[in-house]
Amino acid sequence: MVIDRGAFSGGVCLMRELSYLEAIREALRQEMQRDERVFVIGEDVGVYGGAFGVTLGLAEEFGEERVIDTPISEYGIAGAITGAALVGMRPVGEIMFMDFTTLAMEQLVNQAAKMRFMFGGTIEVPFVLRTPAGSGTGAAAQHSQSLESWFVHVPGLKVVMPSTPYDAKGLLLASIRDDNPVIFIEHKLLYKTKGPVPEESYTIPLSTAEVKREGRDLTIVATAVMVRRSLEAAEQLSQDGIEVEVVDPRTLKPLDERTVIRSVMKTGRVLIVHEACKTGGYGGELAAVVAGSDAFDYLDAPVVRLAGRDMPIPYNRTLEYHTVPQVETIVEAARQLAQGRV
Amino acid sequence: MTLGAARKRELLRQMHTIRAFEEKAEQLYTMGKVHGTMHLSIGMEASAVGSIAALRPDDLILSTHRGHGHCIAKGADLNLMVAEFMGKANGYCRGRGGSMHIADVAGGNLGANGVVGGGMASAMGVGLGLKMQKREQIILCFFGDGAANLGPFHESMNMTAIWKLPVVYVCENNQYAMSCSVRRAFAIEHISDRAASYGMPGETVDGNDLMAVYEAVSRAVKRARAGDGPSLVENVTYRWRGHSKSDVNRYRTKEEIEAWKQKCPIKRFRARLIEEGVLTEEEAERVQQEACAAIDAAVVFAEASPEPAVETIEEGVYA
Repeated sequence: MVIDRGAFSGGVCLMRELSYLEAIREALRQEMQRDERVFVIGEDVGVYGGAFGVTLGLAEEFGEERVIDTPISEYGIAGAITGAALVGMRPVGEIMFMDFTTLAMEQLVNQAAKMRFMFGGTIEVPFVLRTPAGSGTGAAAQHSQSLESWFVHVPGLKVVMPSTPYDAKGLLLASIRDDNPVIFIEHKLLYKTKGPVPEESYTIPLSTAEVKREGRDLTIVATAVMVRRSLEAAEQLSQDGIEVEVVDPRTLKPLDERTVIRSVMKTGRVLIVHEACKTGGYGGELAAVVAGSDAFDYLDAPVVRLAGRDMPIPYNRTLEYHTVPQVETIVEAARQLAQGRV
Repeated sequence: MTLGAARKRELLRQMHTIRAFEEKAEQLYTMGKVHGTMHLSIGMEASAVGSIAALRPDDLILSTHRGHGHCIAKGADLNLMVAEFMGKANGYCRGRGGSMHIADVAGGNLGANGVVGGGMASAMGVGLGLKMQKREQIILCFFGDGAANLGPFHESMNMTAIWKLPVVYVCENNQYAMSCSVRRAFAIEHISDRAASYGMPGETVDGNDLMAVYEAVSRAVKRARAGDGPSLVENVTYRWRGHSKSDVNRYRTKEEIEAWKQKCPIKRFRARLIEEGVLTEEEAERVQQEACAAIDAAVVFAEASPEPAVETIEEGVYA
C-alpha cells in the first residue's frame, strides 16, 4: 500500500516518528516477516547489530540463518547475494562503509549487473546492497566517501539514495521487491534524524523523485543529507523573500527526469547540491539532463553545481566541515543564483 | 559410482561432441564467420565430461571463459549453443553473450564467465541459496589454475567451508594462466593442497582420465549433497590450443604440446571402452561421426538463424 503523508493535520503529527535508522530496520523486519526468501547478510550484522546498529535485534527475531554474519570478505558478500538471488532468494547485503564497496566491485559490476543482459534476459538478480556513505563523522578519507556515481554508471544496477525516514522505509521495501540488483545508499548523518513513518508496510515506487518543498524562484536538486541541508537553507532564504523549490531524486538510476525538468521549467534556475566530489559526480548528469531538456529554454541563469571538493575527506573537524556543502554555503550559492549574480 | 555401458557410450559421445564443437568453432573463426575471441578446451574434454557426469540433471554448474565443454556436457541444445556462438537472435542468450557468456539456465548451466575467478563467489552464493531453501541440488563451480591465485578464491573457499555449503569446486589445472605456467605461479605442487587451509578435502587427479575425474568428483558431490560441505578437486590437464585466438605459443615448446597430445583424453577413454567390450572400434568410430554430424547440423541451423533486431538492443538490461 502507498500511504499518503497527509496524516499531518493542524500542525499535529498523527503519525508516529522513527529515526531513519529505525525506519530501515522496520522495513527489513517487515519484509522478512512477509517473505521468507528475504535475508540479511554482512559483517557484524548479527548480534552486534551492524556497525551503525541498523540490524540490531533482527538476529534475535529471525535467527542466525536469516541474519548472517560473514567474515571480512566484501567480495564474498557481493558473491553471496548474487548467487543466492540467482536461485530464488531476495538477499539484502550490507557493506559496512561505502568505501569498502571497492573490494566488491568486480562481483557487482562485472557479474551481478550484467548477468541478466549477458544471458539474454533468462535470469534475474534481485538483491539489495545496503551501504552507508558520507562524511561528517570524523572518520577521514577511507570511511567517508560518497561513491554513488560509480554505480550510476553501470547499466543493470539501480541506485537509491533516500533522505528521510519515510522515504528510507518505502524505498527499501520497493528495492527488496524489485527484480534487479539495487545499490541502496544510506547517509550516516541521517541515521539519527527523525520523521513520520507509518507502521504499515508501504512502498515508494523506484524512479519517482519528490518535490520536498515548493518554491517559485529557484530549484535545488539535492541528494541524501544535502536534501536536509537544502531545506534548512530554503527556510533561511524564505525569510529574505527567496522561495526555493527543493527536489530530491531519491532514485538516482533510473532517474525520474520529468519531476526535475518540470521544477526547473517552473523556476528558471537550478542549483545542484551533492556531497560527492564535483568532477564526475552525479551533478554533472543532472545538469546535462536539465540542459538537454525542454527546461533549457526556461533557464534564466547557468546551471550551477555545488558539490564536495575534489579531494579526499580530511580528518580535522574544521577541514572536514569545509570539504562538502553546508547550509551556509548552500544559502550563499542559492542567493547568488536567485539574484542573478551567476 | 559405477557407470553402465550405455552411460559410458554417452560420455564418449559428449567428449567427441566437445572436440567437434571446438574444431568447428576454430574453423568458423578462421573463415571469418564469428568475431571476437574464444577459448578452446581441446585436450580437456575428460575434465568437463567426467565432472558433470557426477551430477544429477537438476544440479547446477557455473562455468569459465573456457566453457564450451561444460555447456555441452551439461546437456545444452547444440542448435541454441552454436546459434549463440554465432551471435544469433535465437541463441541461448539472444546473441548478447557469445562464446564467453553462454548460459543455459533451464538446463542448470548458470553461465560461462569472462572474468577469471568471477564465478567462484557466485557459486558460494548459489550454494547458500540452495541450502537456505533446503533444496537437494548442489552446484559445481569450474575454475582454472589462474583463478586459484585471485583473492576471490580465498573468500569463496572460506565462506563455502564455514557454512558447509553444497558446492563442489573443480579446478581445471591446464598448466597455464595465459602464458604463466603453474611452475611460475605456485610454490606448491598441488593446487588441491590449499583445500586443507579451508578445512575441506582436496584431491588432485589425472584430469585426462575420465573415470578418475568422475570418481573424485562423485566423492565431492556425495559429500556436498549430504550436507557435509564443499570439496576441491583438481583435474590436471592441458590445453592443446593457445589461451585465445591471439596466442602464438611463445611460452611453451612444440615438444611439450606434442607430449600432451599423446595423452589425449578421448583416445584414452575410447580405448578403455573398447577394451572393456562396451563398444567396438566401428561403433566408436560411428559415435565420433555422429558427434561431428550433430555439430555440422547445428552450424546449418545457426547460419540460417536470424540476427538480433537492432530495435531490441536494450532488452534484458533491466527486469
